[in-house]
Amino acid sequence: MLSFIGRRILIAIPTVLLISVFVFFMQKLLPGDPVLALAGEDRNPEILEFLREKYRLNDPLYVQYFTWIGNALQGDLGISLRTQQPVLTLIGQKLPVTIQLAVMALIIAIVIGVPAGIVSAYRKGTWVDWLANILALSGLSVPNFWLGIMLILLVSVKLGWLPASGYQPFLDDPLQSIRTMLMPAFVLGTGLAATLMRHTRSAMLGVLKSDYVRTARAKGLSETTVVVKHALRNALVPIVTVVTLLFGELLAGAVLTEQIFTIPGFGKLVVDAVFNRDYAVVQGIVLCTAIAFIAMNILADALYRVLNPRMRNS
Amino acid sequence: MSYKRMLALTAALMIGAPFAQAADLRIGLAEDPDVLDPDQSRTFVGRIVYAALCDKLVDITPDLQIIPQLATEWEWSDDGKVLTMKLREGVTFHDGEPFNATAVAANIDRSQNLDESRRKSEVASIASTEVVDDLTIRINLTNADATLIAQLADRAGMMMSPKAAAEAGADFANNLVCSGPFKFKERVQQDRIVLEKFADYWNADQINFDTVTYLPITDGTVRLANLRAGDVDIIERLAATDVTSVRADDNLQLEMAVSLGYQGITVNVNNGDRAQNPLGQDARVRRALSLAIDREALNQVVFEGVMAAGNQPFPPTSPWYSTAHPIPARDVEAAKALLADAGVETVEVELQLSTDPVAQQVGQVIQAMAAEAGFDVKIVAKEFATQLSEQTAGNYEASQIGWSGRVDPDGNIHQFMTCDGGINDSKYCNPAVDELLNAARTSNIVEERKADYDAALAILAEDMPIIYLYHQTWIWALAGKVQGYTPYPDGMIRLEGVSFAE
Repeated sequence: MLSFIGRRILIAIPTVLLISVFVFFMQKLLPGDPVLALAGEDRNPEILEFLREKYRLNDPLYVQYFTWIGNALQGDLGISLRTQQPVLTLIGQKLPVTIQLAVMALIIAIVIGVPAGIVSAYRKGTWVDWLANILALSGLSVPNFWLGIMLILLVSVKLGWLPASGYQPFLDDPLQSIRTMLMPAFVLGTGLAATLMRHTRSAMLGVLKSDYVRTARAKGLSETTVVVKHALRNALVPIVTVVTLLFGELLAGAVLTEQIFTIPGFGKLVVDAVFNRDYAVVQGIVLCTAIAFIAMNILADALYRVLNPRMRNS
Repeated sequence: MSYKRMLALTAALMIGAPFAQAADLRIGLAEDPDVLDPDQSRTFVGRIVYAALCDKLVDITPDLQIIPQLATEWEWSDDGKVLTMKLREGVTFHDGEPFNATAVAANIDRSQNLDESRRKSEVASIASTEVVDDLTIRINLTNADATLIAQLADRAGMMMSPKAAAEAGADFANNLVCSGPFKFKERVQQDRIVLEKFADYWNADQINFDTVTYLPITDGTVRLANLRAGDVDIIERLAATDVTSVRADDNLQLEMAVSLGYQGITVNVNNGDRAQNPLGQDARVRRALSLAIDREALNQVVFEGVMAAGNQPFPPTSPWYSTAHPIPARDVEAAKALLADAGVETVEVELQLSTDPVAQQVGQVIQAMAAEAGFDVKIVAKEFATQLSEQTAGNYEASQIGWSGRVDPDGNIHQFMTCDGGINDSKYCNPAVDELLNAARTSNIVEERKADYDAALAILAEDMPIIYLYHQTWIWALAGKVQGYTPYPDGMIRLEGVSFAE
């Protein structure tokens, strides 16, 4: 198992390097000058030139790239043009926020999506199945920002139950932290729950038709044991794949959700950075996200082996 | 977990909200401020925070008179080259250091000489400073500069503790030490800025809050929702389209002030190849476009009539507005005649504007109105950073853009309309205008300046490198319990005298 993970990590290195090249050069293709965005309304040429020199934007592109990647290898991702804070510090501040949001959203997605998928597969063709499908489709089609604003209007403005937006660090005040995150996590989670429900349903449908399920039933096992122990466990492999892939969707969704609920997380950081052409921040975030994504995939592969012993020898 | 326990936990989560402390004022901002260092910062929104954090040498009244703040009185020499200021006694910075003439000299030096300073051009006319006595400072200028006093009413006039500034260097933003009514407590990027009351403030009687929390909430709908939910007490830059609903809400109050800035169409008249078209080359075509636009209708359609229609760099409410050139009524026939005169029938114009939906609407209204006079306006939406760089590079024909405005009239016109102006993106150049605008800068006599501006505006009304459209109105929405709020045309939130109703 360890050597498997080690091999996967080695393969990942060129991928990460390739991503770093893409991020760096794609960004430079964007129109818009970071120094102009930085200088704001008064665009004094003297200051513009000073800033270009200071942030070495006058160097040839390949020099800029190697300086950046060289520093990145030593753990220095540069500093933000806009706030002048080290990118690593910014990421360190924002990552826990987004992870909290992502974990809460994922829990909500799993709690809603997986049982709904099982039930609708088990009761295929009945009204339960239809209802679950309709809900899933609406979950997929309702845009995050619309649902977010509607929830704020209902839950915060009309009912006054939860704060409309903002963020409280979990360690400072866990209760308040969960209260502020509940709505955004719900908005983010319901969209994912729909995807999860559809995949669970199709995986379960395949498994429920298989011979070993029929055998299990023939042995006189209870329906719960048949469905949960025999069917679900075997349907889990594709579900785990989906959850891993959802991680990417989760980060993308977090960008919008964080904008609506004013959560100072990763998504908000990257959107602001792109608009301000804060190159170092965008590069740092994309690099970190790519690494996290690869790590999630390695984790998923490792999980397959735990769930399905047949894969251990392949 | 049983169903009942789950229900109980959910209820506890929802009800357990801590009540906000009575003396914490929460303000919803439309953006996250940039670096909190008056010498380095550049955003409008940052200045809102400074209004509570940093006192300036002088301040303005809502009708733009300059009044004392840290300087109690001042006087100009006859040649306008020496400004002598008497300073307020007994003022201390947040770190306990005394405020005096030496501190003023150090602050001016920092604005001029810190590498990262964005204030250099604002204090460029200052040649030297002399500490006359502990509470008197003499500022010597290279040439008479009428704009200086207004600069000292803004960031260039904000006084920071010289000791703290020297220790921090360019890295002052996370622990800024000024002398305003509130001192810096903490900042979490993109989340909050918290200030706490400065007990030794010279005007502490006027301050009624223990803390002020600024929360950047970028989405306008969410900002208003936060106000309605009671999570914030004041929000700035309410959308014009939300004015009616706030007016109808008994729990909210509305405050407005016409801004110092303007919105208009900057035309590329001489900035590279893309100026080579009828609109860029012939002033008659630009005047025709201006005549084709009904500014009041634009205001009604896009902004529900909340903005102020305009045709000059100064709003009609400003003392600097030239009454000789009132806002023209829409006249399609006259516009067509001007086009015929210029020898063109239809004019294709590419109008670039920002991706913001309001800008799009403005563009569409202009497109529809101009079409009737023979203009074929093509709208190209560009994200703001791109719009700016295209404009600087001359890669545009016409650009819908604005300016946030300055207290002194010079700030709204000189750098856009003089041949070497720093932000003259149309590259308009007329020596007669240069002469008038340069003269207006150096006179301290209001009547003389006014005559110069009137003469310059008369030329600009003919040449029209910028077609001015309207002046933004600052709109604040306040919780019902907030009292004593005064709206200012500079869009700042000044907290003196503001309190919660008992």
